[in-house]
Amino acid sequence: MSISFVTETPKKELPSIHEANKQSNQVVFDTKQLNLWYGDTHALKEVDLLIYEKEITAIIGPSGCGKSTYLKTLNRMVELVPTVKISGNITYKNKDILDRSFKVEELRTLVGMVFQKPNPFPKSIYDNVAYGAKIHGIRNKKILDEIVERSLKGAALWDEVKDRLKENAYGLSGGQQQRLCIARTLAIEPDVILMDEPTSALDPISTSKIEELIQTLKKDYSIIIVTHNMQQAARISDRTAFFLNGEVVEYDKTEKLFSNPNDKRTEDYITGRFG
Amino acid sequence: MKLMDPSKMQARMHRRIYQNNILKYIFLLATLFGLVVLATLIIRVLNDGLGWIDFNFLTGRLSNDAERAGIMGAILGTFWLMVVVAPVTLIVGIGTAIFLELYLKKGKAQSFIQTNISNLAGVPSIVYGILGLTIFVRLMDMGNIVLAGGLTLSLLVLPIIIVAAQEAIRAVPSFLTEASYGMGATKWQTIKNIILPAALPGMLTGAILALSRAIGETAPLTVIGIPALIIPFPSGITDKFTALPMQIYYWTLDSSLVAEYANLAAATIVVLLLLLFILNSTAIFIRNKFQQRY
Amino acid sequence: MASNSHNEDVRVRDLITEKRAKKSISQIFEKIIPIILFSFALITILTTIGIIYTLLVETIEFFKRVPIWDFFTGTVLRPLSQDPQFGVLPLINGTIISSVIAMLVAGPIGIMAAIYLSEYASDKIRRVLKPMLEVLAGIPTIVYGFFAFTFVTPLIRSIWPDVEATNILSPGIVMGIMIIPMIASLSEDAMSSVPNSIRDGAYALGATRLETTFKVVIPAALSGIIASFILGISRAIGETMIVTIASGSSKNFTFDITESMQTMTAYIVEVAGGDAGAGTTIYYSLYAVAMTLFVFTLLMNLLARYVSRKFREEY
Repeated sequence: MSISFVTETPKKELPSIHEANKQSNQVVFDTKQLNLWYGDTHALKEVDLLIYEKEITAIIGPSGCGKSTYLKTLNRMVELVPTVKISGNITYKNKDILDRSFKVEELRTLVGMVFQKPNPFPKSIYDNVAYGAKIHGIRNKKILDEIVERSLKGAALWDEVKDRLKENAYGLSGGQQQRLCIARTLAIEPDVILMDEPTSALDPISTSKIEELIQTLKKDYSIIIVTHNMQQAARISDRTAFFLNGEVVEYDKTEKLFSNPNDKRTEDYITGRFG
Repeated sequence: MKLMDPSKMQARMHRRIYQNNILKYIFLLATLFGLVVLATLIIRVLNDGLGWIDFNFLTGRLSNDAERAGIMGAILGTFWLMVVVAPVTLIVGIGTAIFLELYLKKGKAQSFIQTNISNLAGVPSIVYGILGLTIFVRLMDMGNIVLAGGLTLSLLVLPIIIVAAQEAIRAVPSFLTEASYGMGATKWQTIKNIILPAALPGMLTGAILALSRAIGETAPLTVIGIPALIIPFPSGITDKFTALPMQIYYWTLDSSLVAEYANLAAATIVVLLLLLFILNSTAIFIRNKFQQRY
Repeated sequence: MASNSHNEDVRVRDLITEKRAKKSISQIFEKIIPIILFSFALITILTTIGIIYTLLVETIEFFKRVPIWDFFTGTVLRPLSQDPQFGVLPLINGTIISSVIAMLVAGPIGIMAAIYLSEYASDKIRRVLKPMLEVLAGIPTIVYGFFAFTFVTPLIRSIWPDVEATNILSPGIVMGIMIIPMIASLSEDAMSSVPNSIRDGAYALGATRLETTFKVVIPAALSGIIASFILGISRAIGETMIVTIASGSSKNFTFDITESMQTMTAYIVEVAGGDAGAGTTIYYSLYAVAMTLFVFTLLMNLLARYVSRKFREEY
């Protein structure tokens, strides 16, 4: 996947949700009977979910419903919590990612992650983007330069920062920091990008920039986004899963789920009756 | 019937407020007491010692003749001690802190090591002297050389730097380490590239404080048997030596025999305190200058 | 993943895969690092084992020569005489008396300073005074020893001429001064952690600051304050240089604070600095005294931890 990123922000029209639904994409993540406990707390219950390639999958649900936990299970970041116990099955392109022999480092280079709060390293903009390449052993300055430029362009940040790549990332605005974090993820050319409420800490303008960016990234990446913002899910995603109390209540094409939900609880949630 | 009598309450009120105000000043005086002693001590030492500090005193050899005595040997001894203590405590201390905070799972082993460290911090320094005497000087047959003294002092101050380094590691925000792990970095890559740089100012501050504790420590050196008079200057960590606090100790003891020795002790104290002042200022500078705010 | 790409750009993914294949060295590194770090952590354990083992072995040897009962009940300590006697009570006595004097100074002043810093001082004043008190804690004990010997003792003798040139009173007082910052700082921490909502309750009833401090804050912070006292005592017991310099080496069993007395720590310095050859009874007595000292301070430290854990207020 060499043309991983668009080299300039495209102005062309985005494919409509209908078109996206017509594509019959391949499955990236196949989750079967996933159960997860934090100590004694049963956080995920019998989760079954198919995530499709080159789509945006939104996960919605009230706080504490397990949506972030599920997301973090997909790159096994959830294992950083010492008391966690997992049972069940998740395959990534037919490989069992919960298998001990599947190295988490390898998984996480295939499955990148963007976090809720922008979390750049206290390093220069350049070093932030080059970080992933460097830890994977790429030292060649020319290649690093190219990776940094392409990733920043891919995250629609290049024009804003190209003259101050050596400056500390903490000098950027919150929205720019979050796009930097996206660029940092793009730099290692993942297949899948997990986004954990990526705009919840941002103002509306930065949010819309990031949403636009996510739409363009869909061309090359499978994106799974956790959001508490139902309009956001409806606006940008192809499919939506509704989580409640650690269970998947409903999972369908976004249009279907928002216009004609099967389950009463989904309807209650999306019409704002709780949560 | 009213149970509270307003006039009586009013009468008591003045006394209560008066008491409060008086005691406030007594508490303030108690706080200032320590500072007054500190000022007295410093003035006293400067008064006795400052006049004795000159080029000859700083660069000269020891002598029984108070007018000719110098402390170059002690300065070099303290310097070589630091050459041993600084790297040993820095490496072992930070290494232990990383192991405890980032590798060892919370549980019995972790709390055992942690309890052990805080107990070690409370062991009197002279007991470390006996350990050094038994293990380094006698068992390993080093004799009373710089290396033996330096290793003894290293063990003594190790708890200080371990605890400081642990706090520095805990202060590194988890969103940074998560970002690193999220990119597929291994544990050691994350520690080396993200945690250590972020925790380094705190670690260095702790290391410098540990070092200044080691510089002023006397009791373990007396037990190891650091002699009063060494004529050759130490030129490495395998030489016999004396150190600044030992020099102060012997001159103070003998000041009842030769009155000028008290002045020499005071002058040496000025040098020692100046050294500590520089070290502590450096620590504060590092803490304020390099501490990253997130 | 579009692996059938026709673009000739850098393929980061391929580079990563390629590097990963070569990374066996760094994978070994990843496994070795924790082992190295573990061996560092082991040093602290070995230190404890080393202390206990050396003290224990030589102490047992000592008790083969001097009955344990005679050691702990003997009031006569004459290690160098023709007919040596090894009663540890004079040393324990000297240690306790110097610690009591130190705590009589450090206890009240330390707690009053803590009250001032925690309850009365403004943030601004606290930020100036606290670091200055910490400077006091950073002065090497040898400097305090010099101060006790050349300043405090002459000062006391000018007021109270009966006091000898070496005496237990002066180093006791100076040790107390040295311990003030420790008690002030730890007690202040305990008092500051009492939540304001509890104070507000008292203020709302019309209590003065003083009444609130003594009836609400101090009772709530009591475990921390007691722990700070115990740690202060432990510090005084283990302190060496001040008493070695200013209290001399008289091994008399006495309660007269104007006289010279020897503490356990000062005895260790004297014997280790002398030329007692390895294998003599005096040499072994060094370890027996050190063992006693070690057990004393260890018990104090454990007690302090127990008190602050056991009686910690839940807010």
